[in-house]
Amino acid sequence: MTGPNRVRFYQTGTFTVGNRLLDVSVGSVQSDAERNNSLNSGHRACQGCGEALGARYALDAAMRAVDGRLVVANATGCLEVFSTPYPESSWRVAWLHSLFANAASVATGMAAAMKVKGRRDVRVIAQGGDGGTVDIGFACLSGMFERNDDVLYICYDNEAYMNTGVQRSSATPAAARTATTPAAGDQPGNVFGQGKSVPLIAMAHGIPYVGTASVADLRDLEYKVGRAMAIRGARYLHVHVPCPLGWGCPTGDTIKVARLAAESGLFPIFEAEAGEVTGRRLIRRPVRAEEYLKTQTRFAHLFNPKRDEARLALIQRIADRNIERFGLVEQEAVA
Amino acid sequence: MLKQCEGSVAIAESVALCRPEVICAYPITPQTHIVEGLGLLVKSGKLKSCEYINVESEFAAMSVAIGASACGARAYTATASQGILYMAEAIYNASGLGLPIVMTVGNRSIGAPINIWNDHTDSMALRDAGWIQLYAESNQEAVDLHIQAFRLGEALSLPVMVCVDGFILTHAYERVDVPSQEQVDAYLPRFEPRQVVDPDEPVTIGAMVGPEAFMEVRYLAHARQMQALELIPELAAEFRGAFGRDSGGLLHTYRSEDAETIVVALGSVNGTIKDVVDEMRAEGVKIGSVAICSFRPFPSAALAGALGHAARVVVVEKSLSVGIGGNVSHNLKMALAGRATRVHAVIAGLGGRAITMASLKKVFRRAIEDRLEAVSFLDLNMEVVNRQLERERLERRPGPAAEAILRDLAGAGVGVGAGANGKGGAR
Repeated sequence: MTGPNRVRFYQTGTFTVGNRLLDVSVGSVQSDAERNNSLNSGHRACQGCGEALGARYALDAAMRAVDGRLVVANATGCLEVFSTPYPESSWRVAWLHSLFANAASVATGMAAAMKVKGRRDVRVIAQGGDGGTVDIGFACLSGMFERNDDVLYICYDNEAYMNTGVQRSSATPAAARTATTPAAGDQPGNVFGQGKSVPLIAMAHGIPYVGTASVADLRDLEYKVGRAMAIRGARYLHVHVPCPLGWGCPTGDTIKVARLAAESGLFPIFEAEAGEVTGRRLIRRPVRAEEYLKTQTRFAHLFNPKRDEARLALIQRIADRNIERFGLVEQEAVA
Repeated sequence: MLKQCEGSVAIAESVALCRPEVICAYPITPQTHIVEGLGLLVKSGKLKSCEYINVESEFAAMSVAIGASACGARAYTATASQGILYMAEAIYNASGLGLPIVMTVGNRSIGAPINIWNDHTDSMALRDAGWIQLYAESNQEAVDLHIQAFRLGEALSLPVMVCVDGFILTHAYERVDVPSQEQVDAYLPRFEPRQVVDPDEPVTIGAMVGPEAFMEVRYLAHARQMQALELIPELAAEFRGAFGRDSGGLLHTYRSEDAETIVVALGSVNGTIKDVVDEMRAEGVKIGSVAICSFRPFPSAALAGALGHAARVVVVEKSLSVGIGGNVSHNLKMALAGRATRVHAVIAGLGGRAITMASLKKVFRRAIEDRLEAVSFLDLNMEVVNRQLERERLERRPGPAAEAILRDLAGAGVGVGAGANGKGGAR
């Protein structure tokens, strides 16, 4: 991108803006003047933070879905740190932070307490970043899944340990530069062939509901939170949330970058019930993976000083594999 | 009701009488019979309104207890040994959040080398975690301490560990009086939490605290433990009134009023020590003993009062603070600061090594004769240790020390395990 980062007040081609004219029942939660504002303004997230955006939409949607009967367990991480510098708090929900690795277990305990006290109307959400979910919190998450505890776990995936200064997690994509996978040597950036898909692992637990979502499509995120809250048992939502600071993209491009991730197939958006894929968000305007990669300096070494054709092709293959595996492009649309 | 039963079963029944609402279970020897007992009570319907959760680790066990307690449920778990270390981070968190979780610790050693038998290394490792730590002398006291622990913890909004010697108590069958539900209900009121996670009164709990307030928050933890120093004897006195027996309190004294030599210890070894005291008293030796029941908070003033008149104090310790000696004696010296009382640490019973009356008597005599070192090790086989040190001096890679010592004990040339050639073995 060249020149100043232009702000567009009306983003054509999105589902996120312009629905204020619709009937309230079909409008987004955020368009509702009575929304909860679960993560209130004034917090200390960076400009353009995808996680803050995702969390606000997700929790407001959850609060609407359960009529405000919600308690939240939060893992340590950016979301926790920027929202609750004592004595301030941006949370307008009942909220507990315990540790980095245990949000899923804490939520299990909360759900158990509500059940034993006969307060089945009170629902429980656990949330954390990718580090607290796919790495250090993974055992607790898997335990919560296999017991089918009545918890929705939301992972806000910005693909690295951002709170500590952008270190690699097992959600960091191949070739991405982080502080611990530097753009140096013959194979700069993160190693190929590593990492894991926790949505697929969640599905392998056979839990009632698994969904992926992105801040590129906030209406879809709201829908999936609503869907998840209509179900009892263990549920998992994995939300793609760009981190401008860590990814090296303009702070005004969060949505655009997230959209390119989805439209390239690198971040497949789908949902699954009881281990079977039941829905996918079709790619509307297919783009090459490199259109996404080019927007972020964490992939700059793939283009400078010269194009790394071999590894660009490998990443394109990952995108193609996702498109094929989840059926992200309608057959007739494939040219 | 008086009955003959295993310690773990009695503890399980006692915990059930306290009406826990959430129990998190993860098995580790020698704690297993306690959570099994509770599982049966819940599954059979005898313990009602209780969620029994089989978790995937001790870290999860404490974390589930944190979530449950933060939502106002009475939460309980039990662990031991490696398990308490695995949940260490959550243990600190529970006390930092002021959650009155009660946890039984079936005291067991910490590896390597792996060892399932009793000592106090596990709970001692978490002595500074902000939990109240009570050590039971007998199974009767273990039963009673759990009832007092819920009352104490909930009164102060602090978590409580009830430390029970693994196998020696957990697996011992002896006579125990398990109180009735009516008695416990009368002693232990419903849990009224100080603060809850509740959509009706949404608050933020667990915020980040910077240097401007962290000291004060941590000091509050200390202040609450100082309050516990007052409350523990009061609750023990009330317990005596309601249940008709002495259990708990800060410490128990035995024939120590006129004693020149006083033995101090935690937990079940006090039974053996009392027998030794009786024998030596019969021989005319002015000796007595003090059992510390509350190790955290540490009853400094009560101990100074109970020990101040003695010429010497021998602390029998079931844990080794590697690099200095004993934990209990170290704390005790602080309590006796400014006094002439000599304090000896006797490290004993590590990894289940039997603490015999004969050995204790020998060591107490050495103390009385002023021949006992500041730190000594009961029944330590120095010959074996020296031979291993020699092997390590001669050879860079003499093989695993524990296996070499076992081979040594088995006799020269006799192999233990795979390596019969004097070295090698299981690497």
